[in-house]
Amino acid sequence: MSLAKRIIPCLDVDNGRVVKGVKFVDIRDAGDPVEIARRYDREGADEITFLDITATHDNRDTIVHVVEQVASEVFIPLTVGGGIRTLDDIRRMLNAGADKVGINSAAVSNPEFVREAAQRFGSQCIVVAMDAKKVSQPNEADRWEIFTHGGRKATGIEAIGWAKKMVDYGAGEILLTSMDRDGTREGFDLPLTRAISEAVTVPVIASGGVGGLDHLADGVIEGKADAVLAASIFHFAEYTIQQAKEHMASRGIEMRL
Amino acid sequence: MSSVAVIDYGMGNLHSIAKALQHAAPEVDVQIVADPDVILQADRVVFPGVGAIRDCMQALNQSGLSAVIRKVAKTKPLLGICLGMQALLTDSEENGSTQGLGIISGHVVHFSEPLTDHHGNHLKVPHMGWNQVRQMPHPLWRNIPQDSRFYFVHSYYAIPDDRSVVAATTEYPEAFSCALAQDNIFAVQFHPEKSQAVGLQLLNNFLHWDGQV
Repeated sequence: MSLAKRIIPCLDVDNGRVVKGVKFVDIRDAGDPVEIARRYDREGADEITFLDITATHDNRDTIVHVVEQVASEVFIPLTVGGGIRTLDDIRRMLNAGADKVGINSAAVSNPEFVREAAQRFGSQCIVVAMDAKKVSQPNEADRWEIFTHGGRKATGIEAIGWAKKMVDYGAGEILLTSMDRDGTREGFDLPLTRAISEAVTVPVIASGGVGGLDHLADGVIEGKADAVLAASIFHFAEYTIQQAKEHMASRGIEMRL
Repeated sequence: MSSVAVIDYGMGNLHSIAKALQHAAPEVDVQIVADPDVILQADRVVFPGVGAIRDCMQALNQSGLSAVIRKVAKTKPLLGICLGMQALLTDSEENGSTQGLGIISGHVVHFSEPLTDHHGNHLKVPHMGWNQVRQMPHPLWRNIPQDSRFYFVHSYYAIPDDRSVVAATTEYPEAFSCALAQDNIFAVQFHPEKSQAVGLQLLNNFLHWDGQV
């Protein structure tokens, strides 16, 4: 009897459509986030995360409708990130049926926003998403810093201290993405994941770099992550979530099977 | 048609609970309500809640809904969820010390920190994710396999004075009471509305429960 580690598939949604090349065989509309969420739920996803990458503000309503639809038939925790900048943005997502929101660049530009959000809505629904990149040289002690704008913009903020600060401000969970690994399929940045997870009291979700099932297990065993997030290995139907969970369980990790 | 009222006191994600209740029993009339008369007329009542208990108790006391919940607790099936469970107890150590509704005698306490499991591994607080629930006999567990996993997210838990009201326990790492049953009241620390099939089954069981044990 113990708490299970979680697998969280992530859907990148642009103007209401899933992007990142989804190729499901038995889905009528391959880019429909509602159908994909339904499928992940059937396969045993522990939570689902939507990342809204819609560039224009006017089209932001589309993600609200997606969340509303998913929330009326999928009964597992739903997180929405991307473009969350005001208390009103959070309220709209929660009213649509999201359980948590991910705050990323708005936390960097105004850390007090995280505090206000946690006070208003409770820490349980505030996930601080942080994009970290290694800045130390190979002969130096490891140092990671926070980047924004998809890894293009340096902030100079040291990552471990930032994670602790965000927890002090009320973050209930940390979504940690390695910008060095994102999209590489080489696995999580395990030293980074472990350093953050051991530094904070709240759960840490590892993200960025998953290319195979062992990477998921490594994130938990070596990276000490409480949950693992992946997009492409599930989108391309290389593996089902059920297969991923069985593999992790076979490596001795407690899973909800 | 039977009806269920989800108490709206300005806190918590009422929409996901209402959607899950409707999905669990499409024939039931599900209402999100703040009006005491409507709550008292409903066949069953759900008392949800997330966030901090001081805000919760303030909202209940200011709106007069605490009296309504006390009345419901004596008359019809009542389901408390998460903070809605904790608020039923005598008091909570959250926010200094906060008086609860005192409907179930006992206290709400924080997980002791630092928390470690039996192998010395550091455990995170809040207790977040899917954990196993060890049931005691009660009609609300009908058709739910023993030790099923439900979704939790909380940093405080209830310790009832009378151990006979414990309807289920979960280990993190020590066993704590994750469900309480007292007469026509059932209360859970986890979120049935977010616990997929087993959660919907529990909601369905509640929506068909006559309040008898």
